[in-house]
Amino acid sequence: MNCKRFISCGLITLIVCGIITTGGWAQDYDYIDITNPFLRKSPIAIPVFKSITDTPEERQISKQAADLLASSLEFTGYFKLIDRKAFLVDPQTAGIIAPNINFQNWTAVGAELLVTGGVLSRDGGIELELRLFDTFKMRLLVGKRYKGRSTDQRQMIHRFCSEVIYRLTGNWGIFDSKIAFISTGTGSKEIFVSEFDGYNPKRLTHHKSISLSPDWSRDGHWIAYTSYVKGKPDLYIKHLKEKRGSIVAKKGINITPAWVPGEFSLAATLSFSGDPEIYLLTGTGKIIKKLTSSWGIDVSPTWSSDGKKMAFVSNRSGGPQIYIFNRDTAVVERLTFEGRYNTSPAWSPVGNKIAYGSLNGGQFDIYTIDTDGGDPTQLTFDPSDEETPSWAPDGSMIAYSSTREGPKRIYVMTAFGTDQRRLLTLKGQQTSPKWSPRFTK
Amino acid sequence: MKKNLWIGLALVLVMPALLFTVSCAKKTVSSEPSVKPAPAPAPAPAPAPAPAPSVDYTDLDEETARNLFENEDINFDFDKSVITPFAEEVLKRKAMYMRKHADISVIIEGHCDERGTAEYNLALGDRRAEAAKAFMVYLGIAGSRMTTISYGEERPVDSRSNEEAWSKNRRAHFVIE
Repeated sequence: MNCKRFISCGLITLIVCGIITTGGWAQDYDYIDITNPFLRKSPIAIPVFKSITDTPEERQISKQAADLLASSLEFTGYFKLIDRKAFLVDPQTAGIIAPNINFQNWTAVGAELLVTGGVLSRDGGIELELRLFDTFKMRLLVGKRYKGRSTDQRQMIHRFCSEVIYRLTGNWGIFDSKIAFISTGTGSKEIFVSEFDGYNPKRLTHHKSISLSPDWSRDGHWIAYTSYVKGKPDLYIKHLKEKRGSIVAKKGINITPAWVPGEFSLAATLSFSGDPEIYLLTGTGKIIKKLTSSWGIDVSPTWSSDGKKMAFVSNRSGGPQIYIFNRDTAVVERLTFEGRYNTSPAWSPVGNKIAYGSLNGGQFDIYTIDTDGGDPTQLTFDPSDEETPSWAPDGSMIAYSSTREGPKRIYVMTAFGTDQRRLLTLKGQQTSPKWSPRFTK
Repeated sequence: MKKNLWIGLALVLVMPALLFTVSCAKKTVSSEPSVKPAPAPAPAPAPAPAPAPSVDYTDLDEETARNLFENEDINFDFDKSVITPFAEEVLKRKAMYMRKHADISVIIEGHCDERGTAEYNLALGDRRAEAAKAFMVYLGIAGSRMTTISYGEERPVDSRSNEEAWSKNRRAHFVIE
C-alpha cells in the first residue's frame, strides 16, 4: 500500500518556523466574519515577493510563491485580489517591513490588506519571510519566517495561509486538508485523494472494481469505503499509514460508512437482516448496536460534531427524506419536508447546518437546512445535477459533484453557495467528494 | 386466457432480440416500461414457423429457455421496489423454470437508474432484489436457492440519460450460478 504518500509525512518537521513579532498581538477576529452570507470580499494586495539576493532562480521562486499564496487565499472566497498591474510600487525595490512601507501606496489602489514577502534561496533550500498588514491601520497582523527545502515551498506557503486565515477569522481554515473522491479514469471506480485545492490527485485504491463512498475518520488516520472487490458491496476500513484494517462483508449491502467524531467507531448501513438498517460499528467492524429500526431504506448517516446526533436518509414516509437520530434518546425526527427526494446529508463540522441534495424539477441541487429544520436554502441553481455535498473542516466551503459541464466533476463553493468553481479536471468522471479533517502535525 | 396469448406473442417478438441485447441495444425491444401490458402488436406477418410457445419457458428448448430466464428482467417504477403486475407474470415464469430445474441456484441483481445518489440507490437496488426474491419465495421457491446483490446505479444496461434508458435500468436481473 502506498497510503503513506497521502499523509503529509515528515516534511513539516523540516520546515523551521519563526514568529516575527507583531508588537501588540490583539486577537481580534473581526476582519472576516465567516458566518456572514453577504460577506464583502476583502481587497488584498499580494505583490511578487522580494528576491533577497536577486538571482534569476530566486526571482522565479518569488513569483511562484507569491502566485501560490494569492491563489490559495483567493480559493477561500474571502478575498478580492488586486491586480498587480495597478500597483504603484515595484515590489523588488519597495520595503517589506512596516517602517519601510508607504501604506498610502496600497490604500490608494484599494487594498485593505497587504502581504509582503522576502525570499532567500541557497543550496537547494529556501527561506521565506512573510507578513500580513492592515494597510489602513498600518499594522502588522501576522509575521512568519520559514526555512526548508525548496520542494517544501507549497507547504510553507500554506502554513502561512493558515496563519493569515486564523488571524482574520479565528479559524485555521482548509489549507491542511485533502479531498477524497471517486474517479472512473482508470476504467474502474477507484478512490483518489487530492489536496484541498485539487492539486496533486493520487490514486488511493487499486481494486480494479467499483469503490464508493469514502469517509475520513476525524483524526485523519483512517478511511472507510465500500468496494465490490469480492463481488459484492463490502465495507473496507483502512489505516492510511499502516497496513492494517478490517472488512465488513456480511450478506447483502455493507455501505455508507460515517465515522463518529472523537471515537474509533462508525455508523454504516448493513442489510444482512433482509432490510437495510444503520448500525454502529467499532473501528474494527464489529457491530455495537443497531441504530435504526424501520422497514425500508435507512442509509447515508452523518454525525454532528459532538457525535450525539446522526442525520440519515430514510424512505419510511415514501420517498427519501432526511431524519435525525438522537443517540441519547434514540428518538428519530424528520428534518426535511420540502421536496419529495432529499438525500446525501452532510452535517457541518461547525455549527448547526446540514447540506444535502434535493431533486428539484427533475434536477438535483445542493441545499442547506438548519438542524432544527429551519431555513432550507438552495445553493446551486444550474440546469444540471449537483449532488453529494461535503463540508470543509472549518465549515467555510462545500465540495460537491456536478454535471454542469457534461461529465460528473468535483466542484467547490463557499458555504453560502458563492464562488462556485471546478476543483480539478481528470480523465473519466469524478463523484462523491469527501473533505478530510485538517492534517496537523 | 387472452392476456396470456398476447404475452406469448410478445415473447416471440422479444425473445430473439433479447439474445442480442448488448450489441444492438438501440433497437427498441423491451421498449415500453413494464407499466402497461404490451399494446396490440403491429400486424406483423406472423413469421413464426415453430409452434407458438406458451408463456412458460419450460416449453422452449433448453438453451432458449435458459437465456430467456436470465435475460427477461423485471422493471420497477422510479424510486420504487414494488413488484408490478407485469413483473409478477415474469416472476411466475421464472419460478416455473426454477421448479423444473431444481438443481439451479440464482443470483438476483438489483439495479437502479442513474438519478439519485449512488448510496441511496445501492440500498434501493438491495430492496428491489429482495422484493423479487420475496415474491419468488411466495411462489414456492426456496430462499436458499437465491442470493441477492445490489449494484445500485453502477451497472446500467443503457447508459443514456433519458426516460427510456432509465426505465430499462430500473430492474432486477437473474443470473444462474
